[in-house]
Amino acid sequence: MSESNPYLGRAQRFVGLLKHCQVLGMQVIEASEQNLTIELPYNEQHVGNPSTGVIHGGVLTTLMDTACGTMVINALPEFELCPTLDLRVDYVRAAEPGKSIFAFAEAYRVSRHVVFTRCTVHQGDVNEPVANCVGTFMRIGSHLSPPDFKQAVLGLQGTQGE
Amino acid sequence: MSTFETILQTAHEQGDYKPVVDAIPYAKLIGIDFQRFGNDVIFKLPDNPNNIGNPILPAVHGGVVGGFMEMSAALHLLMMLDTPAMPKIVDFSLDYLRAVRGGRDTFAECQVIRQGSRVANVIINAWQTKREEAVATARAHFLLAP
Repeated sequence: MSESNPYLGRAQRFVGLLKHCQVLGMQVIEASEQNLTIELPYNEQHVGNPSTGVIHGGVLTTLMDTACGTMVINALPEFELCPTLDLRVDYVRAAEPGKSIFAFAEAYRVSRHVVFTRCTVHQGDVNEPVANCVGTFMRIGSHLSPPDFKQAVLGLQGTQGE
Repeated sequence: MSTFETILQTAHEQGDYKPVVDAIPYAKLIGIDFQRFGNDVIFKLPDNPNNIGNPILPAVHGGVVGGFMEMSAALHLLMMLDTPAMPKIVDFSLDYLRAVRGGRDTFAECQVIRQGSRVANVIINAWQTKREEAVATARAHFLLAP
């Protein structure tokens, strides 16, 4: 199967392999070499404040960590599994209950050892952010990245999901 | 929608915060527990296959580790300061120090560094097997007033 957008396929397969992302219900809806967007529909199980129905910051943290980490995979010339070094998050306003949240991520600098990313979470208008984050990822080299995982993300295994 | 406030108020009166944790859906989703030793509180994130990110190691998803630490800090403030509502997180800075292994429980403890009338600064340390070998460390600001 030749892919019309390899960045989207790679991102979707990567996120599909992360169990907790499936538990939350994340879906990669757009991806290119420059950026990607992941959607997370509202779910009452994600609520952190029962008084307001606002989803917990941890859900946003997980969404942003995933969006930045997936962006790292699309920004590198060869598949590398890069652990997160750190995340710095600003919670700008509470997410409106009942509406999807979208994470828009970019990798703004790829250096020899580190990939620098940033991400904005919004609910339809990127100029009205719910949260902003910057995250750095350590490059461990493609030779240290698990081959099975690499094949699954690159879609080289016939058995991996469509 | 006053039920959660009632649960909180009862918890403050009786010093029992388990019902508060039980009432927070996200805390149940990832599975947070805690144990109080006087003014010390140790939070626990029990091993849970649903919290896995990287399936190869396997490792707990970094975001879950962050969510656990963030939730621990909010609950810690709730217990120590008797706040009438959930503290609201303003910002969060999280350093990942070691892989957080699946198949193991994760623990966290918090320290309030500075508490003003409106804002509190909290640091959070998380570990798995040895307290001295932190898997992650974080710093957060919370708004205390509703």
